[in-house]
Amino acid sequence: MSFADPERHWCESFGAVAAARAGEPAWLEAARKTAIARFVELGFPTRRHEEWKYTNPAPIAKVAWKPAATASVPRAALDALGLPLAEGPHLVFVNGRLAAELSSVAGLDPVVTLASHAQLLATDPGALETHLARTEPFDDRAFAALARAFATDGAFVRIPRDHSTERPIWLVFLSAPGAGPSASHPRFTVVAEESSRATIFEVHATIGAGPHLGNSLTEIRAGENAQVDHVKLQFDGDGAIHLGHGAIHIGRNARVSSTLISLGASTARHDIVAVLDGPGAECAIDGLYVATDGQHVDCRTTVDHRQPHGSSRELFKGVLSGKSRGIFNGRVIVRQGAQKTDAQQKNENLLLGLGAEIDSQPQLEIEADDVKCSHGSTIGQLDEDAVFYLRSRGIGEAEAAAMLTRGFAAQITERVASAAFRERIESLVLARLFARELPA
Amino acid sequence: MTTPMLEIENLHATAGETLILKGIDLVIQPGEVHAVMGPNGSGKSTLANVLAGKPGYEIVSGSVRFEGRDLAGLAPEQRAREGIFLAFQYPVEIPGVSNMYFLKQAVNAVRAHRGIEELDAMEFLQLAREKMKLVEMSDALMSRSLNEGFSGGEKKRNEILQMALLDPKLAVLDETDSGLDIDALRVVANGVNALRGPTRSMLVITHYQRLLDHIVPDFVHVLSGGRIVKSGAKELALELEEKGYGWLQAETAAG
Repeated sequence: MSFADPERHWCESFGAVAAARAGEPAWLEAARKTAIARFVELGFPTRRHEEWKYTNPAPIAKVAWKPAATASVPRAALDALGLPLAEGPHLVFVNGRLAAELSSVAGLDPVVTLASHAQLLATDPGALETHLARTEPFDDRAFAALARAFATDGAFVRIPRDHSTERPIWLVFLSAPGAGPSASHPRFTVVAEESSRATIFEVHATIGAGPHLGNSLTEIRAGENAQVDHVKLQFDGDGAIHLGHGAIHIGRNARVSSTLISLGASTARHDIVAVLDGPGAECAIDGLYVATDGQHVDCRTTVDHRQPHGSSRELFKGVLSGKSRGIFNGRVIVRQGAQKTDAQQKNENLLLGLGAEIDSQPQLEIEADDVKCSHGSTIGQLDEDAVFYLRSRGIGEAEAAAMLTRGFAAQITERVASAAFRERIESLVLARLFARELPA
Repeated sequence: MTTPMLEIENLHATAGETLILKGIDLVIQPGEVHAVMGPNGSGKSTLANVLAGKPGYEIVSGSVRFEGRDLAGLAPEQRAREGIFLAFQYPVEIPGVSNMYFLKQAVNAVRAHRGIEELDAMEFLQLAREKMKLVEMSDALMSRSLNEGFSGGEKKRNEILQMALLDPKLAVLDETDSGLDIDALRVVANGVNALRGPTRSMLVITHYQRLLDHIVPDFVHVLSGGRIVKSGAKELALELEEKGYGWLQAETAAG
């Protein structure tokens, strides 16, 4: 089915699931209605919008996506993803709803809150109100408005003041496509209160095949002097579209590292906005994006320095093979009062094969005068001398290419503190690109 | 009569579009160490690259036989597995690939080809530790990225360590002495000398005679204009040191 009016389709879809929201508090229903109204106001994106110039939204607009039905995923399918979930408490969501049978909060520090929206709405709805109603920093993004309107469930994490969580907290979002095109809208909020510390591992993956739209909206809020280390791994199937909106809010003297690992979908788009909203805030926003034949990946980042003495480091590395397309757009804003800001951005791309294409666009908007800002971008192929060097030691040509690619990616993958998770990511990268694994 | 380790016959070869080697004849028997000397641009590195099978270097006529087998058409990794080793003049830096991991993959690729059981991490570590002593290599260099940020001496020691681990039949040392101070040179030369033996041959390519004070060759050849213009015993190197290359080039031109 295809049609000319995607706004109408999504509004009708919103009305059709009204019954499912019947038990929700009035403020949530109001926030949803505000969101769907905002979506209509913004309109479904088209290529005429500057930020959609390189990723054509028309193929998404044409499909009659239906809210993904409740589905269950067998434990074996989750295990097959090879994620070391046993390293920490984990909530697993399937098509946007908590799958309690796949989740475990065993070993969770009792002072830490880790719950699904549905659980909290039943016990402590007030905890969610400010977070679910917040529209910034994605108020002008139509798909974020859809996520606010449609999200069926989500996760909420709160680390109390002065508390350090030793183990990573996993938030896993599985898509289980059904017969027709389905959409789910995963959400989560992580609140790290003053001087707390947390590690968050976020995963998006597809189980099975079929058209699916995963439209996520996530937020990490690091309070004064807090430290959050965040990894997002996204690896969907060829029939899937992933649209991720990741907000990062960083308070005074707080430090956030966020590492994106994007391993493919027919279209994967990541929109990350980090706001350094207190003096001395620091962030490292890094990413590795991989696309293979026929895939499209679009990484957009905004690092918004609003206060003085902030520092940001950004390194995005892309590996593109076959006929694939990559886009990196890195916007750095230094506002008037944000003196002594130190912002560095780098984008490096490795093209395997001749059919791949990359657009790399840095965008610096600097309104303060006493700042250090730099950016750079490179595009290259495997170094022939390096390939020959490895081959001259008996290493086969394909394996040499895989080793060099892993070496290229290592600068990003080594940010992942969990050795087991890092190794899994490395083997997924090689499996995607070379259909092979390297021996240990 | 034994099969020669290496037989080069009337070799003409190009680097890119340019004809560099213009008729080289050279025979190396098992256990022999031959030095090839020559001025810059004489074709020394081209010869090394042709032997290792570097893409972009083509044999246009003549032949190269390794243990009686024609090397033409053999991929670089196949040559390495068969037992040819090139110690690079400029070893490549490879970020993100640990030296230890690289060495283990290389050793196991060669072992697999030779039908020997592959080594696991512990067995490899043991072997590596033993060979590291040869070139006074530290553990710290093993866990770092391959050659990345290594000093000139560390890179060359790493080359000789690779040679020791891969146990080649024919080692080609391309200007292994370039960029080394005398102490580093001694360490590298000691490593090479420890690997000399009746079944291993070496082709030592150098611009300077001083390397040959430490790695004493059985034969010396002078390469000039893509041809071997003079061959002799080790004393020839000393003569070159004294007189330079000019007299040979003049002699060749006149002859």
